[in-house]
Amino acid sequence: MALPGPAATSFFVQRLTAHRHFWRSSALGSVLEPVLFLAAMGLTLGTLVDRGPGVPGGVGYLAFLAPGLLVAAAMQTATGESSYPVLGALKWDRLYEAVLATPARPADVLAGHLLYVAFRVTTSAAAFLVVLVLFGAAASPLVVLALPVALLTGLAFAAPVTAMAARLEEDAAFAALQRFLIVPMFLFSGTFFPVAQLPVALEWFAYATPLWHGVALARDLALETAEAGSALLHVGYLLLWTAAGTWLAARALQRRLVR
Amino acid sequence: MGGMVESLVRARGLVKRFGSYTAVDGIDVDIEPGESFGFLGPNGAGKSTTMRMVGAVSPPTAGELRILGMDPAVDGPAIRARLGVVPQTDNLDLELTVEENLLVYGRYFGLPRATVRERTAELLDFVQLTDRAKDRVEPLSGGMKRRVTIARALVNEPDVVLLDEPTTGLDPQARHVLWERLYRLKQRGVTLVLTTHYMDEAEQLCDRLVVMDRGRIAAEGSPAGLIAAWSTREVLELRFPVTEGGPSHAAALAPLAARGAVERVEELPDRLLLYTADGDAALSEVLALGLRPLSSLVRRSSLEDVFLRLTGRTLVD
Ligand SMILES: Nc1ncnc2c1ncn2[C@@H]1O[C@H](COP(=O)(O)OP(=O)(O)O)[C@@H](O)[C@H]1O
Ligand SMILES: [Mg+2]
Repeated sequence: MALPGPAATSFFVQRLTAHRHFWRSSALGSVLEPVLFLAAMGLTLGTLVDRGPGVPGGVGYLAFLAPGLLVAAAMQTATGESSYPVLGALKWDRLYEAVLATPARPADVLAGHLLYVAFRVTTSAAAFLVVLVLFGAAASPLVVLALPVALLTGLAFAAPVTAMAARLEEDAAFAALQRFLIVPMFLFSGTFFPVAQLPVALEWFAYATPLWHGVALARDLALETAEAGSALLHVGYLLLWTAAGTWLAARALQRRLVR
Repeated sequence: MGGMVESLVRARGLVKRFGSYTAVDGIDVDIEPGESFGFLGPNGAGKSTTMRMVGAVSPPTAGELRILGMDPAVDGPAIRARLGVVPQTDNLDLELTVEENLLVYGRYFGLPRATVRERTAELLDFVQLTDRAKDRVEPLSGGMKRRVTIARALVNEPDVVLLDEPTTGLDPQARHVLWERLYRLKQRGVTLVLTTHYMDEAEQLCDRLVVMDRGRIAAEGSPAGLIAAWSTREVLELRFPVTEGGPSHAAALAPLAARGAVERVEELPDRLLLYTADGDAALSEVLALGLRPLSSLVRRSSLEDVFLRLTGRTLVD
């Protein structure tokens, strides 16, 4: 598999050009969603939690929840951008076919796609961060470090989901992906409560998910409780998913597009 | 490339298999600079598969293929940099405007932005879509989308333009607009390689063509040359009332063939075709035999007749 070249940027620009036509509605979503979640979970549920035993570390529930939610939203954005749009570009709009008639190669398309997902994840997470600060959910200025964690987590999902999309003929599998993997991860990977609360089997499921590592790392950084060892482990695990997913996606796209 | 004049496309024994199915079964092709070359054949003949190999996006299974003097297995990107591709199914970016489709595409060829802007304006003028430049592509008519695709294929000023069924699915008026634009391109000296299953399109646009059927090339030549070689000057078309069980009208015409008044008789489900140098004379002989067709028509031979002669089947079913 060849390394990506300048055509990757061209594909990124193509996707950005399309995004310019609907950035308003997508930006609205990026702001509205954190507002709703932080209001519903952070404020109302949070008051209840804080009146009880509270969350570990002695911080308020809102400060505990916010960095995790930010990373979970990155997972959603990355998965969304790598599922239907990728299958659509292969099968319905034939976007990739058009690009490959130029000097571009499948590796360029993949790199340009991941670049675009990175852009979407980072800008959405930045909007989330602004909302989070306005809600008073920032326990420390270090909460900005949740941004690179969101980016890395986004890629750890974008790459394998792209690999999956590149092998599909029908879109039904995306609904299953959402229902059986993404939603359970969202609920049980430490975003809303420490995974130590879970039965042991589920706790280990949580540790295996890339989301838990993203959430834990973002939270540790935002609450200034990060330790070098565990931080490196989290980063390494997310990089592993990104690398393996990218390799699988490259192979799948090459097979599908060059035949 | 030196001073040698080399074919723009040269294929020898070119084969493409999908699993055990052979879509292209050993074809030889030479396409020269400045000519307009066609692949004429019915659905499933292997035209698109051939175009994708010539477009350096689909690796051949066997045989030799050189495009612009280069090997697509090694120099794919360099070859594609000098091609313009109009695929069978439009693949425009539906989320973009007409103009953006060209601006964005030009970047893949490493062209300076100012150059792409300038060419985009010229090309939209050429395909008569300047007034739609800022419109989204999605709601445009089929003919307009096709013209955007053609303009996009020209943004890198290609040496060769590959057009896979350029007017299939368009209404007659849109087809004529396209033919006229393609004819202008040809006048400018652009090499056109096109596929079609319309014999009128092949006759209009091609200097030279190959008749393709089931992955093979059945004949090659200019439209007039192919007609001269494989058909008669004229054709007499006859329609008869439907006869149930009785002797066929073709059999009744046997004496004409024996006498040499017609060269050949083809029986189609809805009509008989009599191949002859003189259609009117043949009609008189048919009437003299006491046969009473419902209708008769004398016309010149076409590529459709060539195809029928070569394969025993019609081009469009
Ligand atoms: N990617 C593919 N996989 C399997 N079979 C294919 C593929 N592409 C084309 N074919 C088959 O090859 C044959 C020739 O197709 P094609 O080149 O599209 O013909 P044409 O363009 O002349 O209609 C058809 O039977 C088609 O089903
Ligand atoms: Mg075809």
